[in-house]
Amino acid sequence: MMDTDAPAPKTVDLRAEYESSGVREVLEELDRELIGLKPVKDRIRETAALLLVDRARATLGLAHETPTLHMSFTGNPGTGKTTVALKMAGLLHRLGYVRKGHLVSVTRDDLVGQYIGHTAPKTKDVLKRAMGGVLFIDEAYYLYRPDNERDYGQEAIEILLQVMENNRDDLVVILAGYADRMESFFQSNPGFRSRIAHHIEFPDYSDAELLAIVKHMMADQNYTMSPEAERAFAEYIKLRRKQPHFANARSIRNAFDRARLRQANRIFLEAKGALDAAALSTIEQADIRASRVFRGGLDSDRARTIDGEEAAS
Amino acid sequence: MRITQGCFSFLPDLTDDQISTQVEYCLRKGWAIGVEYSYDPHPRNIYWQMWGNPMFDLKDAKGVMIELDDCRKLHPEAYIRLNAFDATRAVESVTMSFIVNRPKVEPEIRLTRMEADGRSIRYTQTVVR
Repeated sequence: MMDTDAPAPKTVDLRAEYESSGVREVLEELDRELIGLKPVKDRIRETAALLLVDRARATLGLAHETPTLHMSFTGNPGTGKTTVALKMAGLLHRLGYVRKGHLVSVTRDDLVGQYIGHTAPKTKDVLKRAMGGVLFIDEAYYLYRPDNERDYGQEAIEILLQVMENNRDDLVVILAGYADRMESFFQSNPGFRSRIAHHIEFPDYSDAELLAIVKHMMADQNYTMSPEAERAFAEYIKLRRKQPHFANARSIRNAFDRARLRQANRIFLEAKGALDAAALSTIEQADIRASRVFRGGLDSDRARTIDGEEAAS
Repeated sequence: MRITQGCFSFLPDLTDDQISTQVEYCLRKGWAIGVEYSYDPHPRNIYWQMWGNPMFDLKDAKGVMIELDDCRKLHPEAYIRLNAFDATRAVESVTMSFIVNRPKVEPEIRLTRMEADGRSIRYTQTVVR
């Protein structure tokens, strides 16, 4: 806060501001830890620039109004929406747009009550907890159920809209969900669309990016892949993408978890004598090749595909 | 007559900013805040009405201030206090309590002296409006 007696400074150094606010660290962390997501990173950088300039304008005494920072994140499952929301909370905190910078992640169940009069206190409770931070509503379109006009979701929506408007300085709301369903949600709730300034789309990961992601995950947990295993994983990603219920990075993480399971089992059965760290942390081709994905997916899904009822797309 | 109960009651009334700062202090300590109100400021009246449940898991004082504003709107002429609950002893015990709202005209508390058996004296307090 500026002293009212002190004369307003004549110039600002944006670069210094950028360094001192800690925004740089967040953006670098974003670049380092999140693979791919180019459009998302660009948008976040733009937003950060806008906020920095806005803050600089404020120090020079120029007219400025707290920008509307509510956002919507759309993208397929496993594209990193929650992770980015967490980073966003940190970013907004460093820029001073939210006071505490914590993330409260909720879904419909946390906001909507079970009976009449239950919804308002529940929603308000969540909003109070989110004050000073970021409220992340995952799969926001479930709040609105057009088929049931007595659904309590509408009540939660009204309270949310009111708080989004009146407490703009106190919290930032991020709605997240799959692109097509979010679109119809915004169409039936125009109030939301007009209150959200930033619509950020999360693209699907490419095969190369997914491979980089799994290597990143493995490095974090001190695992390595043999070169054959890496090739097998690249193949795995190609095949997995064609099968139903593909959830980008999440599917890949699950694949990694299962590979760990098989690796542990293999070591347990094969090991005769003492094991070194390399043996315990190397994932071999066999651990990945054993996946059902190489045999055409889950039996139930394969049966459906063969029957022609539902082609895996 | 000015009712003096809890913290800060000999100071001038706290402004909203000051209340907010006090709440921030409580939240930083990990205490939960409850809003309570009463029309009966008798010192022995420990049962004030609860304005909703105490608020757990708050990070920012704004959540408390919203509830306080709502309570003031409905009960502008009541005494309202904030209680901070500390759970470190495995029970939610009140560690801090202060009045944040008073009626425009405060009632008086009158002290009545009574001679009882022997020459012992008993006192009783009555709230007089």
